[in-house]
Amino acid sequence: MAGTPTPRAATAPARTPTNLTQGGKTKAGIGESTLRPDGTLKVTGEFAYSSDMWHEDMLWGQTLRSTVAHAEIRSIDTSQALATPGVYAVLTYDDLPTEMKNYGLEIQDTPVLAHKKVRHHGEPVALVAADHPETARRAAAKIKIEYVELPLITDEASATAPDAILVHEGRDDHHIGHVAHPNIVHRQPIIRGNVAEARKRADVIVEGEYTFGMQDQAFLGPESGLAVPSEDGGVELYVATQWLHSDLRQIAPVLGLPEEKVRMTLSGVGGAFGGREDLSMQIHACLLALRTGKPVKIVYNRFESFFGHVHRHPAKLYYEHGATKDGKLTHMKCRIVLDGGAYASASPAVVGNASSLSVGPYVIDDVDIEAIALYTNNPPCGAMRGFGAVQACFAYEAQMDKLAAKLGIDPVEFRQMNAMEQGTIMPTGQPVDSPAPVAELLRRIKAMPLPPEQQWLAAGEGADVRALPGGLSNTTHGEGVVRGIGYAVGIKNVGFSEGFDDYSTAKVRMEVINGEPVATVHTAMAEVGQGGVTVHAQIARTELGVTQVTIHPADTQVGSAGSTSASRQTYVTGGAVKNTCEHVREAVLEIGRRKFGSYHPAWATAELLLEGGKVVTDGGEVLADLVDVLESEAVELELEWRHRPTEAFDLHTGQGNGHVQYSFAAHRAVVEVDTELGLVKVIELACAQDVGKALNPLSVVGQIQGGTTQGLGVAVMEEIIVDPKTAKVRNPSFTDYLIPTILDTPTIPVDVLELADEHAPYGLRGIGEAPTLSSTPAVLAAIRNATGLELNKTPVRPEHLTGT
Amino acid sequence: MDFLRPASWEEALAAKAEHPTAVPIAGGTDVMVEINFDHRRPEYLLDLNRIGDLSEWEVGEKTVRLGASVSYTKIMENLRAELPGLALASHTVASPQIRNRGGVGGNLGTASPAGDAHPALLASGCEVEVESLRGRRMIPIDDFYVGVKRNAMEPDELIRSVHLPKADGPQQFSKVGTRNAMVIAVCAFGIALHPETRTVRTGIGSAAPTPVRAKEAEDFLAAALDEGGFWESGSPIPPSVAKQFAQLASGACNPIDDVRGSAKYRRHAVGIMARRTLGWTWESYRGNERSAQCA
Repeated sequence: MAGTPTPRAATAPARTPTNLTQGGKTKAGIGESTLRPDGTLKVTGEFAYSSDMWHEDMLWGQTLRSTVAHAEIRSIDTSQALATPGVYAVLTYDDLPTEMKNYGLEIQDTPVLAHKKVRHHGEPVALVAADHPETARRAAAKIKIEYVELPLITDEASATAPDAILVHEGRDDHHIGHVAHPNIVHRQPIIRGNVAEARKRADVIVEGEYTFGMQDQAFLGPESGLAVPSEDGGVELYVATQWLHSDLRQIAPVLGLPEEKVRMTLSGVGGAFGGREDLSMQIHACLLALRTGKPVKIVYNRFESFFGHVHRHPAKLYYEHGATKDGKLTHMKCRIVLDGGAYASASPAVVGNASSLSVGPYVIDDVDIEAIALYTNNPPCGAMRGFGAVQACFAYEAQMDKLAAKLGIDPVEFRQMNAMEQGTIMPTGQPVDSPAPVAELLRRIKAMPLPPEQQWLAAGEGADVRALPGGLSNTTHGEGVVRGIGYAVGIKNVGFSEGFDDYSTAKVRMEVINGEPVATVHTAMAEVGQGGVTVHAQIARTELGVTQVTIHPADTQVGSAGSTSASRQTYVTGGAVKNTCEHVREAVLEIGRRKFGSYHPAWATAELLLEGGKVVTDGGEVLADLVDVLESEAVELELEWRHRPTEAFDLHTGQGNGHVQYSFAAHRAVVEVDTELGLVKVIELACAQDVGKALNPLSVVGQIQGGTTQGLGVAVMEEIIVDPKTAKVRNPSFTDYLIPTILDTPTIPVDVLELADEHAPYGLRGIGEAPTLSSTPAVLAAIRNATGLELNKTPVRPEHLTGT
Repeated sequence: MDFLRPASWEEALAAKAEHPTAVPIAGGTDVMVEINFDHRRPEYLLDLNRIGDLSEWEVGEKTVRLGASVSYTKIMENLRAELPGLALASHTVASPQIRNRGGVGGNLGTASPAGDAHPALLASGCEVEVESLRGRRMIPIDDFYVGVKRNAMEPDELIRSVHLPKADGPQQFSKVGTRNAMVIAVCAFGIALHPETRTVRTGIGSAAPTPVRAKEAEDFLAAALDEGGFWESGSPIPPSVAKQFAQLASGACNPIDDVRGSAKYRRHAVGIMARRTLGWTWESYRGNERSAQCA
């Protein structure tokens, strides 16, 4: 059976073009740009993704999804599907084996299969297993469902009307007590200072209403996995996910199995970006496998994938800022309304982020903030890279430009005048207790040289359309093209917040194999493309002084690693690997002391390290070879590791030390806009980011460029369009949901700062999300600069730029 | 689903006569998408890939006979001088992989208003060579598109080739999409100057139920160029003429609001593209005239 290829330790270090500090003395340790073990395989198409798995005698599972957004199910007739030759099982709600019929990340409000009612377009209603995917699809199409459509809840007005139909009746979750209407999932206010008083000091006040569209993660590997029934009545599940143990916690109760009988292994993941935090086909494949006694594979196609995972919350944001005439921010009031869609998913946590980060990286003492997430009949929304902070950043950065313009102050200077720094108190009352170089990041991007003008003329012979808006579509040879420049900066939290027990587990084994010391690192961390497997090997080399590191496939045979989300894995699972390695090192040194302590006094007195396969003193003296210390012994430890605890936000005031760490990035966008056709070419998106410590500089630059590009996408093209009259998705395909091609992706110069956070392992800072925040508002600012238009909605469409 | 694999054109015609519902497939860039998404499940697929002649082209004295399966890549690489408008349009088709597979026959067979080749074909004034066991006929491109995704072919006919007049003047093609590459058209515009006949032809894509010509715009421009003696003088076209041409091109649209763009935007954008492409072709014509006079 093909599964995830065992990642191998990289051996060839490569330097990134950016000049970053070198790591320790051990080759390919932290600070080195070791190459990804999966890189070549992915580029050459040889990497085995979860959709490539195959098992002897396996069946194919197919999901039947609702064709309407909100309806009662009067009847389901599966007889014709069951009678189809090649079909082994057809399951509906009535076939669920236990009392637990729902799942959910925080609130278990999502039915495994719809019961009496569907709440959004594309909700799973029935499952089919057949011996051929085509047979399964055709049989699913024969299932007859009688729907009686219900009124639609599609926005705040329809959700909170006094007589509004309830998306979920009989709510008993822990948020229902503090929301004004059962169609509001969660509300988080933050009140600090006195806005009414502070407002009186303002010489200028700007208001704005902003709209953020629904973005899709658009990961390239669609949802897929393989469930294999096992002899003990349990099931083996091979799946592409972001957090194995969170899946497990939700899957096992629905199957009626103890967690140890659901054995999960991560298979090849083709990107995630938050879209794999929620379950998709996991329970469905297991149910079919347990029912039929055969392995069952489910692979969504691209169309189904658009319905198979949650999206980024679309949002309406209302902001008011004031400032004195010398450029000091006086106060901020905002209201952020996030559309959570039909099920809660990560909405409560997204609300927490949107509210607590709504001020941005600025000092404002007097704030009045409210964020809510709605239940509607729109597609469910949840986690996506940037998680609530993205929407807020889009709005507050537009406000900063408006204020600067009104005050006649340079927009970068205005931001610098109000920039937070280490020691600033967040609106939640939490002090920022590590470097917050906001002004410095802005200074750096502004100081970068600008790209030359009119690059389409560089070739000499006519216009190079690839350098122009419209690109190869040949819409302009320079006519109507105007350049614009825009700046933005953002703040993102790192790790799970609000009192969540955000730990990770690492098991590390050290032994001698073929005369060489080898470390094996085993975690449940989901490698979704972020480069964790590379970093774990680097950490093990640095801490244990070995060259050979084996990364064990991620599975549930080891403790939870937490989610590959919230920019947290290098911090938390990296921290766990470091911590376990340190304990393993101590154990190894203890063996050494036992064996050789009497031969050299340094064993007792000096600080000892493991380097280059040897035990050395901090002065560099070699005491022993690891091979001789270990001989045939193996040291193995599995330990949990935690960062500093956080607190919940007060439900009325929003006060509380809610976040673990903050991450900052700033962008400068240079765009060229065809003002007549409303087409945009982003010429350059320069980024400066503080990463604390770059464990793998090449991966750091890659993450920053990727996040920047995802932010560009939602600035100028990416949006899931939901018909407000039917709540149906209108563009579930890559023909009509556009993501940037390489021709849309500009040069992305990256300036990496490394200011250590003393609370974090190696001083590192989670980096994956911050660049996704400021990229979008920087592009919008540049387009505003080019066109003079107000542009309060993202993505910007040609219609917005041409008034059509 | 039966898969028919004729080895020759005659066998293909016989198969199509026997199974008129058979869907011809060459590059598969349209048909396979439809099949993969289960949007259609034809009883028969008629594979034309064994018929080598369909991937050949022939440059004659006046016309280019372009086999229905000649790939867009081949058109871009080999026929840029003879068919500049179609070569430009070919360059905007999807991705390099798709351009290596897809050809004009597929665009014509599907007859989607969004097909990238249509505006260039309309502007060129080509003819489509179709054939059945009953015989061969040439359909003028102006008569080819008869409705949304419908063409003038009979169920037993297959597209063999397209006969395009070799460019006798500058041609241009522009397409608006909301991405800078690999994008389906929001709307498109093609223009060809025909100095020999003192005419101008145009084609509009994705802005009406079928690909259409901007007939009034063409007539207006031809008259204006003629009356002003512009063909002879090679003088710049007055902005008022270009503006009127653009407005008439806009007026030829009959677009809808859809997920790709608003009707209003499509009308607007077609006007802009009409004005710009006219400018580019006319500048090019003037340049050629000047160098001809100097020589």
